[in-house]
Amino acid sequence: MTKIENARDAHWIRDEAAREIHRKNIGLAEMLCGGVIMDVTDAEQARIAQDAGAVAVMALERVPSDIRKEGGIARMSPVEIVEEIQQAVTIPVMAKCRIGHFAEARILQQLAVDFIDESEVLTPADHAYHIDKRAFEVPFVCGATCLAEALRRIGEGAAMIRTKGEAGTGDIVEGVRHLREITREIRSLTKVPHEELMTVAKEMGAPYEMVELVASTGRLPVPNFAAGGIATPADAALVRALGAEAVFVGSGIFKSENPEGTARAIVRATTHWEDAATLVEVSRGLGSAMAGLDTAAMPASERLADRGW
Amino acid sequence: MTSPPEESNSSAQPPAGGGAPGGVVGVLALQGAVAPHLAALAELGVDPVEVRTTEALAAVDRLVIPGGESTTLDHLLRTEGLREPLRQRALDRSLALFGTCAGAILLGRDREDERPRRLGVVDVTVDRNAYGRQMDSFIGPIEAEGALGAEPLEGVFIRAPRFRDAGEGIEVLARRGGEAVALRQARTILCTFHPELSSDRRLHRLFLDL
Repeated sequence: MTKIENARDAHWIRDEAAREIHRKNIGLAEMLCGGVIMDVTDAEQARIAQDAGAVAVMALERVPSDIRKEGGIARMSPVEIVEEIQQAVTIPVMAKCRIGHFAEARILQQLAVDFIDESEVLTPADHAYHIDKRAFEVPFVCGATCLAEALRRIGEGAAMIRTKGEAGTGDIVEGVRHLREITREIRSLTKVPHEELMTVAKEMGAPYEMVELVASTGRLPVPNFAAGGIATPADAALVRALGAEAVFVGSGIFKSENPEGTARAIVRATTHWEDAATLVEVSRGLGSAMAGLDTAAMPASERLADRGW
Repeated sequence: MTSPPEESNSSAQPPAGGGAPGGVVGVLALQGAVAPHLAALAELGVDPVEVRTTEALAAVDRLVIPGGESTTLDHLLRTEGLREPLRQRALDRSLALFGTCAGAILLGRDREDERPRRLGVVDVTVDRNAYGRQMDSFIGPIEAEGALGAEPLEGVFIRAPRFRDAGEGIEVLARRGGEAVALRQARTILCTFHPELSSDRRLHRLFLDL
């Protein structure tokens, strides 16, 4: 096996121009590390997020807990809202499109959003196929519940992976499950002898080159963030301690009693996750967190993490 | 077939001892591309520390301010009470600094017209996000000069800033199309691109020699 100098230099992409696009996109994901990406539904929320120290904002029509409550089809954010948010802040603006909905993705690329989240939080547009993300110049982030799913998305061109967790619940248990699962699978892959990797790839349902890369480097070839159910500074510290390189917070901020304070507190907790004294300081006086839903009591039909293939 | 990964600096000679050739080296670890800088410094035989508190800042002799979001970094520098001590130590030259991208923005000349507020350590105006959004980010060759030698470098420009109106006595280390993209003034190096995401370690080595 050739020695790999840098697991994140997109060397697995053969076409040079495509490789450079992927590298610069992984590079932006690296710049967001250690930060908090906050869901926002309008310019005012975007400004609050930026002032609280968000590293990027995610534009969407409704936060996940409202999507759960109100039901109906959840789609890409209206174009005017994306533009209004882009005008309002200087930090990167991300936006969600439906799984497989490459036309929504083209619209978002045309709007020059900085990252597209092909997200299970929205209603899927395709029952079997994800977007061919290598056909785009704009970077994509995708959710994953396990290593095979992460590697399929990276194979399709995702420049960042996030756990799915269970969005809109304020329940961290699924996010923790996905983070631990991915970490455990990476760890065990590094101990697999090279001649067994093809069969492992077959059984996982993941691209061989990606499996080989993870086995030799012991890490994902793109940054790995946590999302889904993060509602408190302690939740952010927990997922950071479990290896998440950054944190997405959805309903947890603007559905809390004190959005601005909660946003600031989660930003500091994400940086100082190892320092219990700072975690005490930031956890004080926040009022109540979002109410939340127990995912254990949730019927399978309401689980968003099962969306995606 | 794919070509093997590029050989990177296999001839590099790490400073002896693996410890502290130029004192304690830190990377500001509030947010951003911290891990790639730690890895780049480790390649040069340095064992860097992560700096998140005033105590940690007081203990380092050299500090990398990495890329990330300048607005977020500025917010956290203030929240953690790091902004003033950092500025003081930069101005009295007891701290060697290497600012990449967002780090370069923060260390530039102070200005009223654009957030975030700068630290005013280097006499150059740095325009934030001056090439456009992520779609306008790019990777391309840049020309090295002066202390960096003659070999071209790879420049990874991500939502990158641009320098203008550099003051007297600022040494240009690299240009792209005639425009300066890496600078040195006294004990501070600034660059608008991301050397930590490439395999060339000349800028990190120069930083260790400041």
